[in-house]
Amino acid sequence: MILGVWAALWGANVWVAGRSFGRWLAPVLFGAALLILWEMTVRLFGVPQVILPAPTAIGAAISANVPTLWADFVQTFVKGALSGWAIGCAAALLTALVIDRSGFLRRGVLPVGNFLAALPIVGTAPIFVMWLGFGWESKAAVVVAMVFFPVLVNTVAGLADTQPMQRDLMATYGASPGQRLRYLAAPSALPFVFNGLKIATTLALIGAIVAEFFGSPTVGMGFRISTEVGRLNLPMVWAEIAVAALAGSAFYGIVALIEKRLCFWHPSQRGGRP
Amino acid sequence: MTDHPISAPGAGIGRSLRVGLLVRRMMGTAGPVLAVVAGLLAIWYLAAIPMNAAQSVTDAERAGAAFDVSAAERRDMGGLSLVALAPGTALAGAYGQERPRLPAPHQVAGEMWASTFALGADCGPAERERDRLELFGRTWAVHEDCLAPVTSRRSLILHAGLTLAPTLLGFAIGSLLGVALAVGIVHSRVMDLSVMPWAIASQTIPILAIAPMIIVVMNSVGIQGLLPKAIISAYLSFFPVVVGMAKGLRAPSAADLDLMRTWGASGARILWHLRLPASAPYLFASLKIGVAAALVGAIVAELPTGAVRGLGARLLAGSYYGQTIQIWSALFAAAIAAALLVAAIGGIERGVLGRMGLRR
Repeated sequence: MILGVWAALWGANVWVAGRSFGRWLAPVLFGAALLILWEMTVRLFGVPQVILPAPTAIGAAISANVPTLWADFVQTFVKGALSGWAIGCAAALLTALVIDRSGFLRRGVLPVGNFLAALPIVGTAPIFVMWLGFGWESKAAVVVAMVFFPVLVNTVAGLADTQPMQRDLMATYGASPGQRLRYLAAPSALPFVFNGLKIATTLALIGAIVAEFFGSPTVGMGFRISTEVGRLNLPMVWAEIAVAALAGSAFYGIVALIEKRLCFWHPSQRGGRP
Repeated sequence: MTDHPISAPGAGIGRSLRVGLLVRRMMGTAGPVLAVVAGLLAIWYLAAIPMNAAQSVTDAERAGAAFDVSAAERRDMGGLSLVALAPGTALAGAYGQERPRLPAPHQVAGEMWASTFALGADCGPAERERDRLELFGRTWAVHEDCLAPVTSRRSLILHAGLTLAPTLLGFAIGSLLGVALAVGIVHSRVMDLSVMPWAIASQTIPILAIAPMIIVVMNSVGIQGLLPKAIISAYLSFFPVVVGMAKGLRAPSAADLDLMRTWGASGARILWHLRLPASAPYLFASLKIGVAAALVGAIVAELPTGAVRGLGARLLAGSYYGQTIQIWSALFAAAIAAALLVAAIGGIERGVLGRMGLRR
C-alpha cells in the first residue's frame, strides 16, 4: 500500500515536473510525499513514539510549545549564531582586505587558511565554553571561529581574481587603490564572498547548537534537544529540529537572495542549466 | 605544507574552482607559509601570558610572593591588567601550569608526544588480561600506562583509530550514495527538480540534533556500535559529493554528447564512457571535502552518545575535568587525522588523474 501511494505521488511529480510551474511545485510535492509516507509508515506499522514520532505529532508539539521554541530560537539563533556569523564574516572580510595588500601574506595565508578551514573546528567548542562561560557569548565565539576561515579564504581568492588586462586598464586610468577596490576587485570578488557567506550560514547554526552541548543556560535549542532526548520526549526534539531546519533554510535563502540581487551579472545567476 | 590537497584542481564544491587553481599556481610558497605559521605561533605564545596570568599570580602567592592587590580585587581584573601588575610573575608562570586556560604550543606537543609514543610498558600479564577491547576484528588489551604504547587507554592513536573506523565506513556510504544521487539527478529532470532543494535543506538541519535520534532509532532495531556513527558521517559527507558529481557529470560539452549520440550510444554507455571519466576531477575535489566532513561527523557523533573512547570522547572528558591540555591535544590529533585523510585522497587523485592523462 505504501509502495502504491509512493508510485502515485511519484507519477504526479513526473507530471508536474514537465509543466512550467514545476520549478517550484516539484520540490514542494516531493517534500509533501515524504511527509505523507512518513506518517503512513508510522501509523501502519505502529512505530512507537519514542522511536519515530509521526509528522502530525511533531506538528502538535510545535503548536503546543510556541513560547518555549521561540525562547530557544532567540537564544541559539539570534544571540548565538547570528551575532557570531556577523562578527566572524566582518572580521574575515576586513582581514582579507588587509591581506590582499601584500602578495607575501596572500601566498602564506591561503594554504594555511585552506588547511584550517577543513579542520574540525567544532572541537574548539569546549575550549570557548570554558573561557567565556555558559552564556551566548561562548556560542557566538565558536561560530566566529567556524565561519572565519571559509569566508577569509574565499574573499582573498576572490579579491585576487582579476584579469591582468583589467588591472592594466585600472592603472591606465590612474585609479587609486581605493578606486581599484571599489570598481574592480570588490565586484569581481562578490561571487566568491557570497560562496563563503553561504557556507558560513549552515556552519553558524551547527556551531551554536554544538556549543550548547558543552554547557548552556537552561534555554537554547541544543540544551532543549539534549534534555528532551533524555526524557524520551521525541516529538519535542523533532519540533526543535524542524525549527532549526526552517531557520537554517531561511537564513541560507536570504543570503542567496541578496547574492541574486548583487551578482545578477554573474554567469551562475543568469539562469539556464549549468 | 608544500602540498595543498584541499584546493587541488576542480575544487568547486564549497570552495570555488579558481581557489584551487590559484593555490596550485602558488606552489613555491614554503617561505610565506612558514612565516604565517610562525606568526600564529608567536601570537599563541603571547596570548598565553594574559590568559594564564590569574593562575600564575595565584600560584606565586601560594609560593610566598606578596602583591599590592588582594585576591578578591584580583578576581575582577582582566588578564592584561594582571600582566601589568606583575609582569615577571605572569611571564614565569605562563607556560608551566598543569591546567592552563590556554596551554602553550610546546605543552600541547609534549602531551601529544607523551600520549602517542612515550607510554609506559612495565606491566605484568595480570594487567594485560584485565581490560580488553574488540576493534577491527582483533582483541586489544587496554590498560592505563601499560602494555604496548599504542593500546594504552591514554593513547591518542587508539582514540584516533576508534574515530577513524566510523569515519571511513560513513565516508564510503556517503560517497556511494552521493554518486548514485548525482547520476539520478543528471538523468532525470524530476529528480533534479525535487531532490536537489531537499539535499540543500538537509544540510541546514544541525547534524548534532539528529545524532541522538539516530542512535535511539538504530538501538531499538538492534543495531549498535559502528553503524550509527557511520550514518552520521555519511549524512555529512554525501552532500559535497552530490553537488560536485552533479556538476562533474554535466561537464562534458554538448559536442561530446552529440558525438556519443551519433554513434548510437545508450544512456548507460554515455554515462560509463563519457560522463564518469569527465567527472573524475570533480569527484576527487568533492571527496576531499567529504572525507573532512565525515571526520567531523564521527567526532560529533561521539558527543551525545556517551562514548568513552574516541577523539570526541576525549574532548568531552577533557572539558568535564578541565584538562585543557588534553582537549588541545585531541583537537590537534583530529586536525592531523583530517590532514592525513585529505592527503591520502590527494595521493589517489594524483595517481588516477595521471593515469587518465587529466593531470594538470
